[in-house]
Amino acid sequence: MSEELFKQMAQSIIDGDSDLSVELAKKAIEINMHPLEAITKGFVVGVNYIGDQFGAGEAFLPELVMAGEAMKAAVATLEPELLKLGSARETMGRVVLATVEGDIHEIGKTLVGTMLSASGFEVTDLGVDQPADKIIGKALEIDAHIIGMSALLTTTMVRQREVIEELDKEGLRPRIKVMVGGAPITRDWFQKIKADGYSEDAVGAVKIAKELVGKADQ
Amino acid sequence: MRPKLTLLSDEIIARILEEAYELLLKPGIKVQNEEARELLAKAGAKIDPETHVAQIPASLVHKALESVPREFYLYDYDGNPTVHYGGDSVHFDPGSSGIAMLNAETLEHDTTETEHLIRLLKVAEQLSQYDAQSTAVICHDVPKEIQDSYRLYLVLLHSKKPIVTGAFTNKTVQEMIDMLAIFAGSKEAASKKPRAIFDVCPAPPLIWSNFGAGNLIALARAGIPAEIVSVPLSGAAAPVTMLGTVTQHTAECFAGIVIHQLAHAGSPIVWGGAAAIFDMRKGATPMGAVETAMLDCSYAQVAKTLNMPTHTYLGATDSKLVDAQAGLESGISAMVGALSGINMISGSGMLDFLACHSAEKLVIDAEGIAMAKRMIGGVKLHTDTLATGFYDDKINFKGGDFLKQKVTMQLFREEQHLPSSVIDRDSTRAWKAAGSLDAFGRAKLRVNELLASYKRPEIDPEKLSRLHAFTLDLAKKAGIEELPRLEDYQPA
Ligand code: B12
Repeated sequence: MSEELFKQMAQSIIDGDSDLSVELAKKAIEINMHPLEAITKGFVVGVNYIGDQFGAGEAFLPELVMAGEAMKAAVATLEPELLKLGSARETMGRVVLATVEGDIHEIGKTLVGTMLSASGFEVTDLGVDQPADKIIGKALEIDAHIIGMSALLTTTMVRQREVIEELDKEGLRPRIKVMVGGAPITRDWFQKIKADGYSEDAVGAVKIAKELVGKADQ
Repeated sequence: MRPKLTLLSDEIIARILEEAYELLLKPGIKVQNEEARELLAKAGAKIDPETHVAQIPASLVHKALESVPREFYLYDYDGNPTVHYGGDSVHFDPGSSGIAMLNAETLEHDTTETEHLIRLLKVAEQLSQYDAQSTAVICHDVPKEIQDSYRLYLVLLHSKKPIVTGAFTNKTVQEMIDMLAIFAGSKEAASKKPRAIFDVCPAPPLIWSNFGAGNLIALARAGIPAEIVSVPLSGAAAPVTMLGTVTQHTAECFAGIVIHQLAHAGSPIVWGGAAAIFDMRKGATPMGAVETAMLDCSYAQVAKTLNMPTHTYLGATDSKLVDAQAGLESGISAMVGALSGINMISGSGMLDFLACHSAEKLVIDAEGIAMAKRMIGGVKLHTDTLATGFYDDKINFKGGDFLKQKVTMQLFREEQHLPSSVIDRDSTRAWKAAGSLDAFGRAKLRVNELLASYKRPEIDPEKLSRLHAFTLDLAKKAGIEELPRLEDYQPA
């Protein structure tokens, strides 16, 4: 019986069907299935499948994004139940994401956010043109494990360094890890500004983020 | 008999315009610049004080379209009008603002510095296919505060051609306008005979950022031409359909033109863009995709029904090397741009989604441009009879007969484009004797030839030293004592 339900849950994510994933989440609650079980044995299986397919070039971005949305909807339905049981869902980690000050390139950062959410991270996306104090403030507020910064301009990439320097000054590293990306960001730059991770694409960003929270194998 | 490519019916264009007007009201345009919001509000647009979303009525667009110039020129250093924005004129310039350059020996994408920009300028200056120069790459060897203006300084030093450029902040646009004024003699002169045009981007979907709108206003007031570079990305930052994307593009251009004309009615502005599809496998913005070219052709057609000057980004490739993919994407898309009658087509020389430049690609692309220009030159009627007049007494049914005719000597140059050494039409024997090179190999040789034959144009030393002093001053404020040393120019 549960096996069948798990399968349907995974499939609802693969199909990017938020209505169905919510319905199945409610059903899980009805039959007293533990919400964590529904997530890990059901919905996450779908997310992982579509993620792998995307990595292999078999699935496409709209499918990935829709799967992410369906996942979010399902988890949101289960969350109150989880709280009642007193067992908060263990996420992969909390990430604050932003495009740095003076820079309005949005798409790459948003994609990275989508992939991170789909992979189980709790992502707070501040948007574009974000000054250092806002980024750091938010990270402290939500007790973030990772700050992810995007910069697409050679003239704004220096802002990434400013945030890192500020974090160092406040003694907030290594508690908060910093991950950087964007078209002009190279390995050289990443090393120069002493960031903790960098990636040239969203799939790589997830890998790095997992490493940074010590969950590379999940 | 000039060939023309059109993709949209009149009926569809009417619907695009209609829906674009609707988009200006719902959802409206997010205007993140205070001054722009004030201008809009004063003119009668409704603005949400919380979200900064403006509802722009069609009447404001109509009014702006009344005052906007239908054509204008860019001028070279000597004051000749060499680039015509308007009608179906077609010009090409190298792509702008690359951050890397292909090293022809190592095939690495090197981080760009002063020497790289100069290399590109020297090559493009001598290729007649490029009617304008561009501020082609960023120079990482100067502080970020002057990275956009310093490019313009180098172009003004090394070229006489008109310039397609852009600023990265509201502050630097002013500095760059000042640089142009120094060269023109005064601000008035700089706007009367503009040497340069500035790309200004709305942010898709339907946003005029603080930076973008601020630049529009500054340029309008200075009377320096602005080029709207709207970048709807189908399926990511715009609707997935081409028609949806072109409609969003139309709305973004409308809003830009309104803000611009409200700041200063009558200032020149261009309907342009770098529309592209969004690649759903890689999450990339392919500039060489055929759909990208189709989007550009379509929005140009919309512009032409409004009688607006046009611009686009074509002639670039997403390949990382100057290879067969680079050739076919750049060549095909340049051809589409030319056939669409787009006034300025930017992008030649560029690889890797506009991130990387290549001098070798510039010389190959010049051949693609020559082919495209030849194509729009059309099939011409040169002689009274089409053929019969060619068959005179001397014709004795031999293949070489026509080589002996005077008219062949007179007309072959008009009928045929003579490609440079980049294009191989050798016999196999001669090709082998010349080193069995492929197009990239031949392009490398041609680049070296051009670098050797380049001479910095003669420019009034007085102007140069004032420009240098101005740029040095900016550099000092940015924290460096000297500008990078240049081979061709030592300031007094
Ligand atoms: C689309 C685009 C725009 C759009 C952005 C729309 C939007 N809503 O985001 C608009 C039109 C607004 C725009 C504006 C400008 N742009 Co622009 N833009 C681009 C373009 C063509 C594609 C960027 C993109 O979205 N790519 C697709 C996404 C998915 O890729 P991505 O951003 O690289 O992200 C991936 C990785 O980098 C990585 N990643 C990204 N962020 C992060 C973060 C982390 C933490 C990690 C781990 C990884 C990671 O993962 C992502 C997913 O795979 C690039 C060209 C290029 N090759 O990058 C130019 C480019 C970046 N722009 C450029 C320029 C010059 C500008 C303008 C200054 C133009 C002007 N004169 O007005 C303005 C800048 C305004 C400002 N102050 O920010 C230059 C940069 C030059 C430079 N000095 O650095 C480029 C290279 C193009 C060019 N040659 O001119 N632009």
